[in-house]
Amino acid sequence: MTAVVGPPTVTTVGPVPAGGPPPGRRRRALRLRAAAGFACGAALLFAVAPLVLSDFRLSLLAKYLCLAMVAVGVGIAWGRGGMLTLGQGVFFGLGGYAMAMHLKLADAGPGAMPDFMQLYGQLDELPVWWRPFASPWFALPATVLLPMAVAFGLGSLVFRRRVRGAYFAILSQALAAAMVILLVGQQGTTGGTNGLTDIQGFFGYDLDDPVNQRMVYFVIAACLLGLLVLARQLIQSRYGELLVAVRDGEERVRFLGYDPASVKLVAYVVAAGMAGLAGALFVPAVGIISPALIGIVPSIEFVIGVAVGGRATLLGPVLGAVAVAWARTALSERFPGTWTYLQGLLFVLVVAFLPGGLASLVALARRRGDDGPPGRFTLWRKRSRTETVA
Amino acid sequence: MTVLFGQLFTGVSIGAVLLLIALGLALTFGQMNVINMAHGEFIMAGAYTTYVLQQTITGAGVSLLVALPVAFLVAGTMGVLLEALLIRRLYARPLDTLLVTWGVSLMLQQLARDVFGSPNVQTRAPELLTGNIGLPGGLTVANNRLFILALALAAVAALTLALRLTPLGRRIRAVVQNRDLAAVSGIATSRVDRTTFFVGSGLAGVAGVALTLLGPIGPTMGTNLIIDAFLVVVVGGIGQLKGSVIVAFALGVLQATGEYLTTLSVAKVMVFVAIVAFLQWRPQGLFTLRTRSLA
Repeated sequence: MTAVVGPPTVTTVGPVPAGGPPPGRRRRALRLRAAAGFACGAALLFAVAPLVLSDFRLSLLAKYLCLAMVAVGVGIAWGRGGMLTLGQGVFFGLGGYAMAMHLKLADAGPGAMPDFMQLYGQLDELPVWWRPFASPWFALPATVLLPMAVAFGLGSLVFRRRVRGAYFAILSQALAAAMVILLVGQQGTTGGTNGLTDIQGFFGYDLDDPVNQRMVYFVIAACLLGLLVLARQLIQSRYGELLVAVRDGEERVRFLGYDPASVKLVAYVVAAGMAGLAGALFVPAVGIISPALIGIVPSIEFVIGVAVGGRATLLGPVLGAVAVAWARTALSERFPGTWTYLQGLLFVLVVAFLPGGLASLVALARRRGDDGPPGRFTLWRKRSRTETVA
Repeated sequence: MTVLFGQLFTGVSIGAVLLLIALGLALTFGQMNVINMAHGEFIMAGAYTTYVLQQTITGAGVSLLVALPVAFLVAGTMGVLLEALLIRRLYARPLDTLLVTWGVSLMLQQLARDVFGSPNVQTRAPELLTGNIGLPGGLTVANNRLFILALALAAVAALTLALRLTPLGRRIRAVVQNRDLAAVSGIATSRVDRTTFFVGSGLAGVAGVALTLLGPIGPTMGTNLIIDAFLVVVVGGIGQLKGSVIVAFALGVLQATGEYLTTLSVAKVMVFVAIVAFLQWRPQGLFTLRTRSLA
């Protein structure tokens, strides 16, 4: 069921056995349906897309799929956990920079410095904090663990002191702003505004070769599918229900004896890890990582795709993110100004009038068939001013 | 001594700009719990108002004085429109308001780009505000920064007096303290909300006029300022103005000092860390209204 963010009524998630077949069979049917959907998705990504799309389109799709990975995390943290993180770009960027630093060092060869450092460089040797990234055994885990560590640090400080809602959103956005300013300011060691560009090789493979680009696409598609499986397990678990309960009534969950701070922390850290992985894979797919890709604006754009697709669903964020990214490419090439208006309009219309995203339309259509309860989808919501607990 | 004073004054003047922007936010956020991301674009509207007025009124000083009330009206009207058309429907969902108003701010930015062009434009400062004032001991302060400081303090004073003394101010305070009780006491809370939004947005317009003295006017000028201003409100605590005033100047001085000791970028990160550390100590901000609600 699509949960609509609103007055905190504790909604149940997952299978609701209201009559119909017994729970066991129903669960099995659901699992079967999920497996079938997964197989369809895999077939689409691995067989149909590479056959139908040109190399150029395929590499664009690879980029979109990276953004979709971030969206899966945002769906968990925001859609399920109610934490509007406007700073996912930070984690995306940490993953991306970790990967790009390793690839730059690998391009330069052992002992040498990356090209841009020699260009700007007052540096005689590699900065200390660059050195570990020469080893893939450090850099690859770091792409995921570094963002998770930062999220853990910030989250454990912030959630324990019950900083939440809009306060948390503002803080996460400020984190993105600080990160970008830091990157731009330290031009000599981070590449500044340009970022880390011109990445040639990916673990010995030449990234200019279309065959290798195709391989990168497959890696990305596989990772996305893996993240979706992980996200589904998380959502369907007891933890997933607890997370939704925290979103809808944090105080109630506290009174029941759980610690909402740790529940939220897990979701936030998982989302950060997903964004980090996405950033790491974005680098070989696109060949660049720069502050412009991870700042305030891209961070909030991660959210819009999720909102369009349906924030509390599993597939909605993925489809929404891909659709929005595709629309941006298609429209901003031809009408650059119009796309900005459209994007703004999308924010306004979807979030204000269709908070469940496009997924709620699907749910509505499906509900028409059977005699379920009327959908929660209303175009104009009556203004409700009831004071809410939590 | 001179350096120290210079840094202190820079910090205070950064704080004054932050304060001008944050005052309006503190009003709307405090009363309606609404995060208005388009506030930055109301600043931009105020700045462009100054620019347009200067095209018609040639005297830089006169046009600046005229621009102050006109920008207040322009930005305030935009705020009321936004409140009536969108925000009113979203009071129960503050996080969604944030995203919706972000969408509005995107559209307003593009509108500015289409109307005034993407390159920045510049206004002429009145001659009175271009020089420096020498103080005893070889200290100097820039006139324009002094003007902004005075403007910010005047805005705080006017707002405080209005909240304390006028009937409207009393109604606003009542709604901030307890919306339901205010409503059952016969206060038309939705009308009060709209007025607050008008004043809060109007103050953003005034801030925009002040900013024309410091630098160029561009479509995205509001975006970067708005985050710092929100931090001021978050750290200052909602529902009261004095928190925002203290925090605005404190952040300004911290930023300037950090910038002096290290670099701009490191200073920004320092400020962020300081804020997170501060929220450990006072998660609700510096000053909070005592309420019996569970939040």
